[in-house]
Formats: sequence, structure tokens, C-alpha cells
Amino acid sequence: MDLQFTPQEQAFREDVRAFLKDQLPSRIANQVKAGQRLSKADQEEWHAILNTRGWLANHWPEAHGGPGWSTVQRFIFDTECALAGGPRIVPFGVNMLGPVLIKYGNAKQKAHWLPRILSGEDWWCQGYSEPGAGSDLASVKTTAVRVTDASGDHYIVNGQKTWTTQGQHANMIFCLVRTDREAKAQSGISFLLMDMNSPGVDLRPIRTLDGDCEVNEVFFTNVKVPAENLVGEENKGWTYAKYLLTYERTGIAGVGFCIAALAKLKVIAARVLKNGKPLDQDPLFAARMARVDIDLENMKTTNLRVIAAAASGGVPGAESSMLKIRGTEIRQEILSLIRRAMGPYALPFEEEAQYAGYAEPPLGEPEATTAAAHYFNYRKLSIFGGSNEIQKNIISKMILGL
Amino acid sequence: MNFQHTEDRRMLADSLNRFLSEKNGIGLRHQSAGSALGFSREVYAGLAELGTIGALFPEDAGGFGGTGFDVSVVFECLGRNLAVEPLLGALVVGQALIAAGTDAQRAALESIMAGTSVAALAHEEPGSHYELSHVTLSATAASDPSAGGWVLNGRKAVVPMGDAADLLLVSARTTGQPLDADGISLFLVRGDAPGVSRRGNGRIDGGRTAELTFTNVAVDASALLGAPGQGLTVLERISGYALLALAAESLGAMDMAKDQTLEYLRTRKQFGVPIGSFQALQHRMADLLLEVEQARSAVINAAAAVEDTDRTARERALSAAKYSVGRIGTLVAEESIQMHGGIGMTWELPLAHYAKRLVMIDHQFGDEDHHLARFIALGQAAACA
Repeated sequence: MDLQFTPQEQAFREDVRAFLKDQLPSRIANQVKAGQRLSKADQEEWHAILNTRGWLANHWPEAHGGPGWSTVQRFIFDTECALAGGPRIVPFGVNMLGPVLIKYGNAKQKAHWLPRILSGEDWWCQGYSEPGAGSDLASVKTTAVRVTDASGDHYIVNGQKTWTTQGQHANMIFCLVRTDREAKAQSGISFLLMDMNSPGVDLRPIRTLDGDCEVNEVFFTNVKVPAENLVGEENKGWTYAKYLLTYERTGIAGVGFCIAALAKLKVIAARVLKNGKPLDQDPLFAARMARVDIDLENMKTTNLRVIAAAASGGVPGAESSMLKIRGTEIRQEILSLIRRAMGPYALPFEEEAQYAGYAEPPLGEPEATTAAAHYFNYRKLSIFGGSNEIQKNIISKMILGL
Repeated sequence: MNFQHTEDRRMLADSLNRFLSEKNGIGLRHQSAGSALGFSREVYAGLAELGTIGALFPEDAGGFGGTGFDVSVVFECLGRNLAVEPLLGALVVGQALIAAGTDAQRAALESIMAGTSVAALAHEEPGSHYELSHVTLSATAASDPSAGGWVLNGRKAVVPMGDAADLLLVSARTTGQPLDADGISLFLVRGDAPGVSRRGNGRIDGGRTAELTFTNVAVDASALLGAPGQGLTVLERISGYALLALAAESLGAMDMAKDQTLEYLRTRKQFGVPIGSFQALQHRMADLLLEVEQARSAVINAAAAVEDTDRTARERALSAAKYSVGRIGTLVAEESIQMHGGIGMTWELPLAHYAKRLVMIDHQFGDEDHHLARFIALGQAAACA
């Protein structure tokens, strides 16, 4: 075994670092490091910088605009970005829909949609979850009925989606819709691309417990969708949906973000005093930090093992469920420790301090204004993308054969 | 043995819960918790009228309770109803007046019990991180010795309802270094005293706190509470009441979160069946039940111990309770959200606010690590003695 990166991989890492030093706007990096919310314009700016360098869709094949990286290169890139304060790219077009179109879309769909994902012309959101469905994604109730009239071939869509992250910014949504109501749950589902500006699409924000509104409900009332927006075959959408999910879950593991968050925690714990000594010398707090540090080191290697196994070009299967569970647990624990490190200063909350440009001096530690809100907001990590309980069911079934 | 509350306390709990569910329903509660004041004066007056504040103090001080079980009954109700009214400040400042106040100083108890004046403990400082002896705000003798007054300079942090408080109990260092046990003195200061500037903030779990800056705040000799330099003993005693109160409040909130989650497991269907039929969730819910009962016992132990004259026994029981609700409260919050799934993340669902309160209780008067370490230290000190 050789756990070192190869000289080529190390050289690649230097390239990535140089690029980030040169191209990642410090204004955006500072916002990310401060844990502040990014505007749509900030996210679009970073998207465009990556696209100009050809590093945006880093897991797409070169033929479609990908850089032709190995899985190890992608891991290095993601980690370096997170450490430098690079924002998470909006994943719905690039990381989720892109691979589905590349594998299952027809030539015309690829030619039309893929360049628009790269250029940022379309901002996609995800239409999987429905009210009452939760992680039971196959219980799709939103219907699409195919009609042919003078204006052409269409689907008429009715129903509701929920938990649509950043749907308020999106002009397009990819949806699971039920095209056969007689079929068993997982058959009869289709994968449809819809214009958010179509008549009959309504969006309603959902306020989360930290007071923010980043998720939405989306309502469809007799929405007319051109039949050419069907991806793959009618009633075969579940296959595409699952393919997309393995991409989503691997991304959710967020090893790079865990590494960056742990580095931040260590800086905080070396600065915050308890009983006249830095918190990282407090035996109980030090033990908590050490445990999560060890867990993360192990997780990094587990992640690389999964990556190495998938290096032949495929995507990880049920292994992505392992990464999702452990990665989200570790990230939640680190965020919990950052909250704990704030002491009583976890209590005050200033809505305005969540955004860039807030001029008031921070209360207590500089991180205090966001630490508790992040902790609460990131309880979602173990719920979304298929709850961790669902991931355990997948592991039980697919890996353990139970 | 008898683990039933007395008839009087059961009646108090019933009337409190009835009053709060009517006057402090979740929508009203959010309104007052998010308002500029941070609580509802109407609800606070109503609570006083019901005798809620009086129940926190003994008869010889004008109240009609004041035992550990009186305190725990009241705060458990507040926790069940997510009340944000400033009873904790009333409890600790009132107990300080009883423990160390002169007759003139104790007169303030009347308006505290009537709910007409808001009292707050201004003790925490930036960087003190729950350590009671970490006091740097200075009190120096006034330049005119015949007047016998004091001048306060320094900062106090995260003072509950500090921007609305009429009466502040301020800890200050009259001699020594930060973390010295001796040299801490307590002062009663009007919230609007000249030289006190207040920056108020909303709290993530509702209500408000404030950062206070004291710039040459001159107070009379009569503002000193208790003996100069001997304030730490009083601080420990009144913090003990806060630990009990917060533990009981947490218990009330975790009971509610547990009940709401159980109801959800029974009614929410997924894959065609109630999710409570999944063994993975059944076992986790069983664990929650078990942990909440452990927390209940911890609160009972603390309530029984709060007046114990044996300091080690008393303080260990109080730290044990706060440690227990810190750990269990966070567990209940996280597990309740997780078992609710996405809906548990929403503002619309009361559960999310119970979860926030449960986690934030751990950030008041010492978190689980702080009290675990304190529990160990108290035991070691007793063993050496």
C-alpha cells in the first residue's frame, strides 16, 4: 500500500492552490470562512470563475466540458477549495442533473442543456421530495399526463414538491413525476425538466428554525411541459433518479468541508479561554476534539478507499451511503463543538450578522454570531439527501444482504 | 417514600399550565419572544398574579414557597410552555437579596414578586466562560471617602433581558486578580444608572440578552450587597437555584419534545405504515424515554439538595442535574428533529423551538462539560478534606 499522493497528484495540488490564491475572490472566501450567507451574485461569480478555468464540472467527461480528472484529483480539488474558503458550488445542475443527462439524455438534450449548466444561464433546482413523502422518494404523487394538441406534444403536470433548496433563485427544475398511476411505486415514475417560469408554477418559501428561508414549496397547477423535456424513457425515471442520488450522497459526505471546519474549530479552541487556559487544554473539550479529529482522519481514508475502488470510472454505489452517514455525523459534531466553544455567546443571535457588510463589532468571539445558527441549520445534513436512517437501510440491504 | 408533589404545588402547576397555554400559545409566544422587549409584560404580570414569582421565595421574605420543589414545579411549567418571561432573573436576584441583603435592600423583593420590576444577574463577562470566579469588572472606592460609595468600570456579557432590566445585580472585583475566590463584591445597580450603556440582542431561542458597559458608574455605599470581597459564596448559592431552575425548565421542554415526537411516530406514515412501526425508531424512542426519566430523577435530586447545608453534597447534586439535562436535553433536541425529518427543521413546527431551547439551556450557567468537571472537582476536594 502507498497512502501518499503521487508526485503528479502533489503537483496538481500545487496547481489548485495557485489557482485558488489567484482566482478565488477574497471577499467571497472571507464570507465563507465567517460562515455568512452568500448572495445569488456571489454564487454565480464563483461558478463563472470555475467555468472559465474549465474546472466547474470536474466529474463530467472531457467530451462534455469536464477537465478529465481522476477521482483522486477531484478529491484534492474539493478539499483544497473547502480549505481556501471556496463556496460549495450550487450542485443541482452541475453535480446532479449533468451526470443524468450525460448518461441518459438524448443528443439534443445534451447539446442544449449541458452548455447552459456550465455557463450558468440556467439555475437548476431539485424536484424530488413531496409533502408527506420524506425519504420515501418513490411515493411520487405529482402527476404528468401526456397530451397531444395543435401546439404539439406536452405533459400536463399537477402536484407539489417541497424542500426545494434555493428554488427562489432557479429558472429550471428537474422533477420526478408519476406518469403511470396503475404501476407499482417505483415503476411509473418519469424524469422531467420544467421551466419555473411556466404558467401554473408557484413558489412558497419555508422558514427554517434558524429563521432563514433557503428551502421552498413548489406548486404545479396544470403546468404545460414540452414532451421533449422528458429525460430517457417514460416510466423509467426511478433508474435515473437513483443514479443522481449516488452523486448527491457522495457530495454530501463533504470531507473537504469537515477538514475546513475542524481547522476552524482548532483555531477557536486555541483562542477561547476557560479558567484562564485555552479551551484546547480543557481535558473534556480536548477529548471531544480529539475524538472527532480521529474520526475524520479515518473518514478521509475511508473516502479515499471508496474513491480508489471507483477509480475505474464508475460511481460508488451503496458505499456512498457510508460516506454520507459518517461525513454528516462528523460535520455535525464539529459544528456542535464550535457552538459549545462559544459558551454563553451562543445565545445572542443577530439576523443581520448572517450577511456580509454587517458593521457592528462581533459579540464575544467573532464566530459567535453564526455558531448556533449553523449548528441548528446543519441538523439537516443527517435528514436530507435520504435520511441517515434510509442510508442504513440501503447498507443493510445492498452491502450486508439483510 | 412519596414522589408526588403536594396538593398546593399540583394546583399551582395546573393553573400555571392553563394560564400559559391560553396566554402564551405558540403564536403569542413567538410574538413576545421576538419583540423589542423580548417577553410579554402582560404575561409576566399574569404570572405574578397567579403567585408564580411568590412561589420562588419563602414566607418570611413575603413569598409562599421557596423550597427546591417549589422552584422546580414553576420552571418545569415554564419549560413546557416555552415561556420567555424573566423569572430566572427574579429567582436569582431575589435569592441574593434574601441571602445577603439588608432590610432596605430586601424591600426590592416586593416589586420583583409583583412582577412590576425586572431583575437580572449581570455576572458573565466576555471570556469568563461560565467560571463564577472570573470577574474583572472593577469596583473602586469613590474619591470622596466620606460618601463611602463605589465606582464601577468594565463589561458584562449576555445578561438575560439586560436591556429591559430595572434592577441589576452586578458582580465586581474589589481586590485581587480574575479567578481569585476572594475580592468579588456584589452591587445592586439600577438598569438605567448613568454610565451604564446597553446593547441588546435577540436570542436564538427567543427572548433577549444585552452586553453592558459600565463607565464610571457611581453607586452609593448602600448598593453593596453583603460583605465586601465575599460575593462568591452568594454567587454560588444563587447559581445553585439557577441550576435547579434551568434543569427543571429543561425537563419540561424535553417532556414536550418527547411527547410530540412520540405522537409523530404514531401518526406519520411512510412506506405505507406508521414510522413508529420501524424497530430502528422504536429503540431510539425507548432510549429517549429512559434518558428523560433519568433527567427527571436528576431534577428531583437537585430540588431535594438545593437547601442542603453540606456544600459538597448540595453542589454535586446541582452540577449533576445541570450536566444531566445538558447532555440529555441536547440528545432529545437532536433526536426529535431527526425523527421528525425535514418538518422538524421548520419554524412552523413548535418542536423546533423546543429543540432550540433545550440546546441553549446548556449555554446558561455552565454546560455539561463545565458541570462534569465541577462534579469531579467537588468530589476530589471532599475526598482530600
